Amino acid sequence: MSAPDFELPDTEGVRHSLSGSDAAATVVYWTCNHCPYALAWEDRMHAVSRDYAERGVRTLAINSNDAERYPGDSLPAMAERVAEEDWPHPFLHDESQEVARAWGAERTPHVFVLDADLNLRYEGAPDGDYENESGDAEWVRAALDAVLAGDQVARPNTEAVGCTIKWR
Amino acid sequence: MEEAGLDPATIELREVETEDDAARESFPGSPTIRVDGVDVAEAGPTADSPLTCRVYRRRDGRPSPLPDPEDVRAALVSRA
Repeated sequence: MSAPDFELPDTEGVRHSLSGSDAAATVVYWTCNHCPYALAWEDRMHAVSRDYAERGVRTLAINSNDAERYPGDSLPAMAERVAEEDWPHPFLHDESQEVARAWGAERTPHVFVLDADLNLRYEGAPDGDYENESGDAEWVRAALDAVLAGDQVARPNTEAVGCTIKWR
Repeated sequence: MEEAGLDPATIELREVETEDDAARESFPGSPTIRVDGVDVAEAGPTADSPLTCRVYRRRDGRPSPLPDPEDVRAALVSRA
C-alpha cells in the first residue's frame, strides 16, 4: 500500500512533501506537545532519527491536533519546542488535519515506516512500553533494519498507544 | 490500598465527559487521582483543555501519563 502524499510546512515555514525524496526509507510519525505518551517516547524517536539518518532514512514528525482548543499544540508552540530541544528532523504542522485523516493516524505517537517506494511497511507504536526507555523504539528500528536489508518486516503492525489526535 | 490499610472497594471512579463537568470538578486532565479530595501529585504543565491526558513527572523527571507510584503510595499512607 502506497502512502498518501502530502505537502506540509515545518516550524520554519519550509514545506515538505513525502514524494520527491531519494530516501532509502522514511519514518513518519504523529506526535504533539502535550501528550504524556508522545513526550515519553519522543527522545527515543529522535534517537532513531539520528541513528538512521546516515543510512539514508528520512524522518518527519507531524502534529495534527486542533490548536484552537489546544493552543499548546499551535505552530508557534511547536517552533519553540523544536528550538529548545534541537530536533534532528522537521516537525510538520497539519493544520487542516487532512493528512492525519488520509493516513488513518489516530494517536500520538503513531508511527509509520515506508520503504524507498513509499510503501507502508510498519505501523504502530515505537516499542512495547512508554515507561521503559531501554525499549529504544525497537519496533521501529526492526522495521527499518528489515526495509534497509530488503527483507520482510517481521512485525508490520502493532497497536499505537497514546493520546487520541484532537480532532476539530 | 491494602498495603496502606485501606479498602480498595472504596475507590470511586468518575468519568468526566464535558468541559462543563471538568470545570465543576476542577478536573485538570485524565487521569486525576484524589485521596479524600486531595490530588496525589502536583499537576504537570497545564493542558489547554482538561479533556485530554495529563502530564505527570516521575520522581526521576521522566514525563508519564501516570503519577509516580511512590507519590500514590505516599498519598494513601498519609490518609490512612
